[in-house]
Amino acid sequence: MAKTKTAVLTAEQKAAKRAKTWTQIKRDRWMYLLLLPGFLFFLIFKIFPLWGILISFQEYYAGLSFFDARWIGFQNFVDFFVGADFLRLLKNTLIISFMNLIFYFPLPIILSLLLNEIKVQWYKKVLQTLVYVPHFVSWVVIASISFMILKTPAIMGNDAYTGGALFEIIKAISGKEVDLLENPSSIYWVLLFQAIWKETGWGTVIFLAALAGVDVEQYEAAIVDGATRWQQLIYITIPAILGTIVTMFVLRMGSVLDTGFEQIILMQNTLNQSASETFDTYVYNYGRVGGDYGHTTAIGLFKSIVSLTCIQLANRAAHAVGQAGLF
Amino acid sequence: MLSIKRKTFGDWVGEIIIYLVLTILAVVMVIPFIYVIAASFAPESEIQSRPIFLIPDNPTLSAYEDVFSGSTGVRVIRSLAVSVGVTVCGTLINLFFTLTMAYGLSRTNLIGKKAVLNMVLFTMVVNGGMIPTFLLVKNLGMYDTFSALILPGAISAYNMLIVRNFFIELPNELEEAASIDGCSDIGIFIKIALPLSLPVIATFGLFYAVGHWNNYFGALLYLEDQNKYPFQLVLRNIVMQTADTSANADQELPEDTLKMAVIVIGTVPILCVYPFLQKHFAAGVMVGAVKG
Repeated sequence: MAKTKTAVLTAEQKAAKRAKTWTQIKRDRWMYLLLLPGFLFFLIFKIFPLWGILISFQEYYAGLSFFDARWIGFQNFVDFFVGADFLRLLKNTLIISFMNLIFYFPLPIILSLLLNEIKVQWYKKVLQTLVYVPHFVSWVVIASISFMILKTPAIMGNDAYTGGALFEIIKAISGKEVDLLENPSSIYWVLLFQAIWKETGWGTVIFLAALAGVDVEQYEAAIVDGATRWQQLIYITIPAILGTIVTMFVLRMGSVLDTGFEQIILMQNTLNQSASETFDTYVYNYGRVGGDYGHTTAIGLFKSIVSLTCIQLANRAAHAVGQAGLF
Repeated sequence: MLSIKRKTFGDWVGEIIIYLVLTILAVVMVIPFIYVIAASFAPESEIQSRPIFLIPDNPTLSAYEDVFSGSTGVRVIRSLAVSVGVTVCGTLINLFFTLTMAYGLSRTNLIGKKAVLNMVLFTMVVNGGMIPTFLLVKNLGMYDTFSALILPGAISAYNMLIVRNFFIELPNELEEAASIDGCSDIGIFIKIALPLSLPVIATFGLFYAVGHWNNYFGALLYLEDQNKYPFQLVLRNIVMQTADTSANADQELPEDTLKMAVIVIGTVPILCVYPFLQKHFAAGVMVGAVKG
């Protein structure tokens, strides 16, 4: 339609159209000025670094200039995939990610369903206020508190000295003195519990918003029909938030290789590094600290591609089961 | 609405269990903070001998005196000044960039708007990654300066899009009236749009400010000079300072109670703005706009 229209436009009409466009742009000149700082920001800090992806095809170290670096094609990727680190990083990242998906992901949903059952509004508000707090506290504070409550006694084996509060609780329950912070196999649980502590409360916000949108009449009708509370939950409440759950799941899949850089780098030490090194921390440790730019940029690029693929796949899966998904 | 239904015994039991579970959960989530606050007011001997307490036996302010005295005091005070400065300047810059761009993009028939919006959405999905961004910051001469903590994150695309939705929903009549009175677009922005969006500005100002105060990654990545470290980095270094990480053998190790006090100082500003944060996100500003 539009095509045939342009085809019959005469030269005069075209000129008129161009003039109109020009007046419109002139009219909106102040809007463009307002837009400019933000536009430049995105151009410089978000678009321009994409050019840096070229680095992943170079042998590029700290101290070298971009133009002096040797082009080596896919060598960085090849080195990375056949190298000894790749499988270890993949394993660590996937363990952290899937533990998060299995144990953390359902918690905000369950918590919001429970909160939704609280009909005394002021008490619901108090509970929300309390569970949201950890989200706003920095990872440094979360990591520091974890360190203080999990630390071993100043002098081991001397009953006059006590370890951190949680260390003592675990000792009382299990009868063993465990140093969770310096043990490769336990660091995953520490990371998981930190994530649960910090984000479960805040994670309910989006589900509570979805729950607030449920029509009250549906519940009233169900009650008249003699539906139990459990049936109301299964047939009204859960279907109402299913779309939101799927959306959050698609988003989560997109970040399956994103394991939260700050949290892990803060909990990482030489003793647990074999288990806690993920793609993100590896890029930091070898790229930013070690100066191996080409190699680590390649890893970043690999991660982006996997994320995009995962989010696409998860979204398609959401469509396949009849949900709107993300896009 | 529930009046038509009489609660059965089972309902009552279920209700009590829900209340109990949630109360315990909420308490468990905040108790570590309360413990740290209590421990910061306890003498060192008490921390080393009592595993957990919520009220110290012999309360003392000595940890706070130690935090603000000697070489630790210099480090702490300097880093607090840095953090306050970066938070204030950073938030103002965030708001300037976010509000102007959001308003610029709020005119629905602006030519080129769609291209800019697509660019923003694109950067939300694809980014250059840590190292290219680091190299850019370095090449722009921002390495080891405070601007590196502020400019690379001047706009959160997500926040900007939410503010834009808010501007779009402002009543058009006011803007039209002002424009007939000879007000330019910038005049309308400053005199009409901004005053009408004070709650939104406050909300995102607070979110940005909390982000700056809590930021650790930026300083870790872009700062080298220890004298420029913001508080989160100093907090981290003090807490992790143990016999084997201490650079100088003669440097005195911080006591646990001092570590607790430093953690409290890192948390208190957040707790101070928390009631305001709650007030605004309760209004649903954050969530309502997600769909947009």
